[in-house]
Amino acid sequence: MSTTIDKRQAAPAAPAENRHEARKRRDRIHGWSFMAPFLAFFGLFLIWPLIYGVVMSFTGKSLTGANSSFLGLANYAEALGDADMWHSLGNTLYFTVISTVPLVLVALLMAALVNMGLPAQWLWRLSFFAPFLLASTVVSLFFVWMFNPQLGLINDVLGKVGLAPVDWLNNPDVAMWSIVIATLWWTVGFNFLLYLAAMQNIPTAHYEAAQLDGAGGWRQFFSITLPQLNQTTIMIVILQVLASLKIFDQVYQMTGGGPGGATRTIVQYIFEAGFTGYRLGYSAAISYIFFGLIVVVSIAQFAVTRKRSA
Amino acid sequence: MATTLTAPARTSRRTAVEPSRKRRKPLSPARIIATVIVAVLAVTWLVPFAWATVTAFKSETEAAAAPITLVPKSGFTFDAFAKVLQQGNIPQWTWNSLFTSAAVTAVTLVISALAAYALSRIDFKGRKVLMTVIVASLIVPPPVLIIPLFYQMVSFHMIDTYWGIILPQVIAPAMVFVLKKFFDQIPRELEDAALVDGAGRIRIFLQVVLPLSRPILAAVAIFVFIGAWNNFLWPFIVTNDSAMLTLPVGLQTIKSAYGIQYAQNMASALLAALPLILVFLFFQRQIIKGISTTGLAGT
Repeated sequence: MSTTIDKRQAAPAAPAENRHEARKRRDRIHGWSFMAPFLAFFGLFLIWPLIYGVVMSFTGKSLTGANSSFLGLANYAEALGDADMWHSLGNTLYFTVISTVPLVLVALLMAALVNMGLPAQWLWRLSFFAPFLLASTVVSLFFVWMFNPQLGLINDVLGKVGLAPVDWLNNPDVAMWSIVIATLWWTVGFNFLLYLAAMQNIPTAHYEAAQLDGAGGWRQFFSITLPQLNQTTIMIVILQVLASLKIFDQVYQMTGGGPGGATRTIVQYIFEAGFTGYRLGYSAAISYIFFGLIVVVSIAQFAVTRKRSA
Repeated sequence: MATTLTAPARTSRRTAVEPSRKRRKPLSPARIIATVIVAVLAVTWLVPFAWATVTAFKSETEAAAAPITLVPKSGFTFDAFAKVLQQGNIPQWTWNSLFTSAAVTAVTLVISALAAYALSRIDFKGRKVLMTVIVASLIVPPPVLIIPLFYQMVSFHMIDTYWGIILPQVIAPAMVFVLKKFFDQIPRELEDAALVDGAGRIRIFLQVVLPLSRPILAAVAIFVFIGAWNNFLWPFIVTNDSAMLTLPVGLQTIKSAYGIQYAQNMASALLAALPLILVFLFFQRQIIKGISTTGLAGT
């Protein structure tokens, strides 16, 4: 052992550099080897389809195999003049706005109430969060049944308190709101948990100081809790907007996009163009228009976040 | 055990969701009102479950009869469950979901942890570029990829196979970052000591880093599993054959096949919901912790 140490101390400058080089080389090999499995999947199932999708969007590729000739920007031009595409995009934005507001506010309300140190916290967390564990299909089955015009529980309750029944899923003016109700029930628990975690991270010293100053519960909520939650709120809003823009499952399952396309979202339109209309190239073009929208929204949100934190 | 806990304790968000026992105060009027509001909300949130359960235990005739009954007046019956289990492919779909979700979770965990370790600890040329590319990929919404991916699966002959369901789901850049952030907080000295002892990278990763990261690995695994179990769009696109469907996709076909069999619809929905609800009841604490730690980075 002692001889080894002696040798190391006595090593001249050149071999030390070699060792440094050797270490660098070894790190490079190790680094890329550790990355390799992830990169293989990443390249094959993300980068490649992302590029290949662009290629497809320039062609007339179809599911039937016929006519996969190069069309240039024709698909994009057609999509931009396609009233159904714009309608679906409009529906998607409408849903995003009317779903994000309750999904953030109700989550905040739930977390604020539970965080008051109420008894049986586990019970409240369980009931608010449990729906998040359900598959979209289960949620849709539940709510199609709840919304049933004649046999549904909701209209039954409305009838008992003397209100007129509502045709929840077949009235074009109401259908999107019904989707929002189902979505709120399904996913608000996730935002609730994020808020609750953030609230429980606020140092209690803040509240103790405020109490000494005679600040009541409301005052404490508005001048301590809310400001401390700023970052969390921004994150939740960003995640929620991005998630809402991608909505497909529950709409497709509950209304199929109906009535008369009133709830058809852009992802459903992509799906239908490709798999019902067999036009993969056209569908790919719409996918990239949608992608462009997501990029714009993300950049806008990034800019807003930067400004606020700067 | 003590060392296991030091690393996680550094992340502020980790311990957050523990019930704050120390803040339990006597019941003031404000807190009584709050409890009432929360209770009303919680009951409201349980109504769809309860209504589905009541319906599932009715006979098909009673389920379809107006005016509706809140308690089955002809008694509770298991008919709907029995019918659904006989006719449908629910056991097969449950197995498909279980197998593919477990496989997605295992593969995601392995490849993400390896990548996260390299990004966190190994100083190699190209690391910064890789980081940028992976961060940038977070912006890609999965629905954008379905058309080219579908076409790719056709040419790989992976339509209606487990491979086809599993492989495109294993890329989780967000989880790589969650893991990397955690690895960044493990003291380097622990590894340096092992390196001096002549241990290789793989051994350090397996014997030093992974054991210290158990809590975060569990959190990521739970998050990925729930996501894969409930994924609808991709399995819906890549499967056709009824025997290959996952549970969420299979339920969608039941709905259209049975039409107005309300009791059976609800029985199927409850059977499909049961596995994850049971898992949640057993692992409530870990799941909630997992969502709180990985949630902001995920989806």
